[in-house]
Amino acid sequence: MSAEKKHVDEPTGVETTGHVWDGIRELNNPLPRWWLWILYATIVWSVIYMVLYPAIPLLKQATPGLLGYSTREVLEKDLTRVAESRTELDSRIASMSLDEIADDPTLLDYAQRSGASSFKLVCVQCHGSGATGSQELGYPNLNDDAWLWGGTREQIFTTISHGVRNDTDPAAHTSIMPAFGAMGLLNRRQINDVTDYVLSLSGADHDAEAATAGKATYEAQCAVCHGATGEGNQDVGAPRLNDALWLYGGSHAAIVAQVTEPRLGVMPAWQDYFDDATRKKLALYVYSLGGGQ
Amino acid sequence: MGRFALIPIFAGVAILAVVAAAFARDPQFATHMWLISAVSMIVVILQARHIEWEADGTIAMKAKEIDGYVDGPIRAGVIATVFWGIAGFTVGVLIALQLAFPDLNVEPWFNFGRLRPLHTSAVIFAFGGSILLTTAMHVVQRTCHARLFGGEGFAWFIFWGYQMFIVLAATGYLMGVTQSKEYAEPEWYVDLWLTIVWVCFLIQFLGTIIRRQEPHIYVANWFYLAFIVTIAMLHVVNNLAIPVSVFGSKSYVVFAGVQDALTQWWYGHNAVGFFLTAGFLAMMYYYIPKRAERPVYSYRLSIVHFWSLIFLYIWAGPHHLHYTALPDWAQTLGMVFSVMLWMPSWGGMINGLMTLSGAWDKLRTDPVLRMMVIAVAFYGMSTFEGPMLSIRAVNSLSHYTDWTIGHVHSGALGWNGMITFGAIYYLTPILWNRPGLYSLRLVNWHFWLATLGIVLYAASMWVSGITQGLMWREINSDGYLVYSFAETVAVLFPFYVIRALGGILYLAGGILMVVNVVQTIRGRVAGEPSRDAVALQPAE
Repeated sequence: MSAEKKHVDEPTGVETTGHVWDGIRELNNPLPRWWLWILYATIVWSVIYMVLYPAIPLLKQATPGLLGYSTREVLEKDLTRVAESRTELDSRIASMSLDEIADDPTLLDYAQRSGASSFKLVCVQCHGSGATGSQELGYPNLNDDAWLWGGTREQIFTTISHGVRNDTDPAAHTSIMPAFGAMGLLNRRQINDVTDYVLSLSGADHDAEAATAGKATYEAQCAVCHGATGEGNQDVGAPRLNDALWLYGGSHAAIVAQVTEPRLGVMPAWQDYFDDATRKKLALYVYSLGGGQ
Repeated sequence: MGRFALIPIFAGVAILAVVAAAFARDPQFATHMWLISAVSMIVVILQARHIEWEADGTIAMKAKEIDGYVDGPIRAGVIATVFWGIAGFTVGVLIALQLAFPDLNVEPWFNFGRLRPLHTSAVIFAFGGSILLTTAMHVVQRTCHARLFGGEGFAWFIFWGYQMFIVLAATGYLMGVTQSKEYAEPEWYVDLWLTIVWVCFLIQFLGTIIRRQEPHIYVANWFYLAFIVTIAMLHVVNNLAIPVSVFGSKSYVVFAGVQDALTQWWYGHNAVGFFLTAGFLAMMYYYIPKRAERPVYSYRLSIVHFWSLIFLYIWAGPHHLHYTALPDWAQTLGMVFSVMLWMPSWGGMINGLMTLSGAWDKLRTDPVLRMMVIAVAFYGMSTFEGPMLSIRAVNSLSHYTDWTIGHVHSGALGWNGMITFGAIYYLTPILWNRPGLYSLRLVNWHFWLATLGIVLYAASMWVSGITQGLMWREINSDGYLVYSFAETVAVLFPFYVIRALGGILYLAGGILMVVNVVQTIRGRVAGEPSRDAVALQPAE
C-alpha cells in the first residue's frame, strides 16, 4: 500500500489514492471550491427558508415560520377577494329576472363574460370550445337558432337547470322517439320512403317517388311530434325537420339510422352544481351566442 | 445438487399455479397463473435434461467447480436490455403519437391508459433495470476481483426471475391489471415475486463484495449497494397491500388519502433517486474510467457526494405534492432537501466529466466515450432543472404540465439512455471476445440521432409545458379562467407532433444499436476507414 500511495498520475501530475480496481485508480484531488461553496450556500438558504416558512413538525403542529405563510390561507384570501369583488353584481343578478338583466348593459356584459367562463368549465366537453356541438357525437350546436327545448332566455335557463333525460332531476326534459326500425314498427321500405319525405321537407335532394310514398307514414307516425310540415315541437324536444340544420346529420343514411334506432341526447341538471346566479349568467351567455329567441 | 433440487421446487410451483388458475376470481389472474405454470414447466424440463449421471446410475450430486467470472447472464442481460429498450422506445413513440392523434387509441388493450404504464415500466424497469442488474454483476466481479456469489445458476435465476417480473407486469397492464400507483403499477403477486428476486440480487451482490480480493470497496459498488438496498425498502413499503382474494389480481393499498400520496411519492421520487440516479452513477463510475483509461477525478468528491446524495435524496419526495392536501411543513421540507441536493448530484457530474482530464482528445475519436460524456452532461442539466422545479413558486407553474414530462425525458433519454448505450457498446465486444465493435460509424450516427431526438423532445416539452401552465392560470379581470382545458390541448398539438418526431429519432438510433450489437456478436466488422484512428492513444 505505502508504495502505491506515491503513485502519481502522469498527465495531470496529481497523486492518486493508491487504490486500484480492475485498472481503475482515483486521483486525490480536493473538493472543487465552487462546488463546496454552492453546497454551503444551498444549506444556508434552506435553513433561512425553514425559519421563514412552516417547516418542522412538533407534537401538536409544525413551526409556522416567521412569515406565517400558509398555502391554504393564500388560497382562501384569493377566493375571498374574488368573491367579494363579485358580490354586488352577483346579488343583483340573483334578485333580477333574466330579461331585467338583459336591459342593463353593464350587468349583461358582466353576466356574459362570467357565463363564458363557466361554459368553459363544464359545457365545452360536449358542446365544444366554440359551442358548435358535434353532429357526429350528437351534441347540439348552440350558435344557430335551432332549439330543441326552446331558445328564450327562460327556456335556456330551464334546460341548464334541469338538464335532459337524466336520472337526477325529476323536472328534466324528457321525451322518447320510438325505435321505428328496431322495434319493428316500420319496415325498411317504409323507413326509406319516410326518409325521402323528411328530406323533401327541407328541399334537400331526394327521391320524389319514394317521398310521395313516405308521406302517409310521416303523417301517421312522425307528424304528431315533428309537426305536419316538419316544424318541430319544442314542448317535447322534437327537432324541426324542415330546415337545413341537423342534430345527428342530414344524409339519407343518417336519417335512416335515426329513424331505425334513435339516439336520444342527455344533459346533466346543473342546478345541483351551480347556484342560481351562475346558471342565469350561463343562460345569458348561451343566449348571446347567436341564436337566442 | 443445485439443479436437481430445482426440479421438485418448480414442479410444485407449476402445480400450485394450475390450482390458482382453476380457482381464479378474474381472467387476468388466471392468465398469469397459466403463464407461471407454463414457465415453471419449461424450467423443470430444461433442468431434467441437464441432470448428470454417475457411472452407477445415480444422479451426480457434486457440481463441477468452475473458476473465473460469471458472464453468461451478463451476455443475456445485454441482449435483454437492447430488446426492452427497443420495445420501450416503440411504445413511447406510439403513446406520443396517441396524444397528438387520439384516433390511434385501440380499445381496450392499446389505449393510452394501458400503454402509458407499459412504456414507463418498459424503459425504467425493463430497459433500465436489465442494464442495472447486468452491469452490477459485471462491475462487482471485476472491481472485487471475485466470482459472483452463488455462481452461475444463482445469477441465471436472478436474470430470468427479473425478466419474468417484467413479463408479468407488462402483460398485466395490457389486460388492465394495475394498482394505480405510478411506477408501482404491478399488483400484489407480481410485487411479491419481485421481492424474492430482489432479495436474491442483494444476497448475490453483498456476497460477492464480502468475498472480494481487493482491500477496498470501489465507489461504483457503494452506489450499486445503495441502489439495491433502498429499492428493496421502497418497493416493500410502497406496495404494502391486502389482496381481495389470494386467487384474484385486485388488492387494496394499506395507506389512504394524503398518507398514501406521501408514501407513493417517497417511493416515486426515490425510484428516480436510487434506480435512475444512484444505480446509473455506479455504471458511470466504472465504464467512464475504463473507456477513457483515466483515473477517477477525485476520491474525496466521490465520498462526499455519495453520502450527501444518499442522505438528502430520500427526503425530497414531498416536492411532488406542492399545493396539495399535504401539510405545508412537509412541502417545505421536500423543497429544501431538493435544493440542497443540487451540488451532491453535480458531484457525480464533476467526477464523470473531469475523469476525462488528460484525455479530452478521445471525445473526437471515440463515439462510445462521447455517448457516456453527453450522458453526464444531460445528467447535470436535469439535476439542475430538478431542484429548480421543486421550488414551490416554480412548481406552481410547472406542476401537472408537460414541463415535468420534458424534465423526466431529458434525464431518462439523455442520462439513463446514453450511459446505457455507452455501457452496451463497451460491453458487447468484451463479453463476446470480439476485437471491437462492428461499426463505430454507426455509433456516431446513433449518437447524433439520439441527441437530436432529445433536443426536439425537451425543447418541445418546455414550450408546451410553459404554455400549458400559463394558459391554465390565465385569469381575466373578473377572476374567471380565460381558457378551457380543451383550448389548451388544441394549442399544444404542434409540440406533441415535434415530441413524437424526437421520439422517432431516438428510436431510430436504438435500431442502429441493434444492428451494431447483433453484427458485433456475429463477429462481423464493417470495413470503414475510421477504425484505426480509434485505437485508443495514451493520454497526453
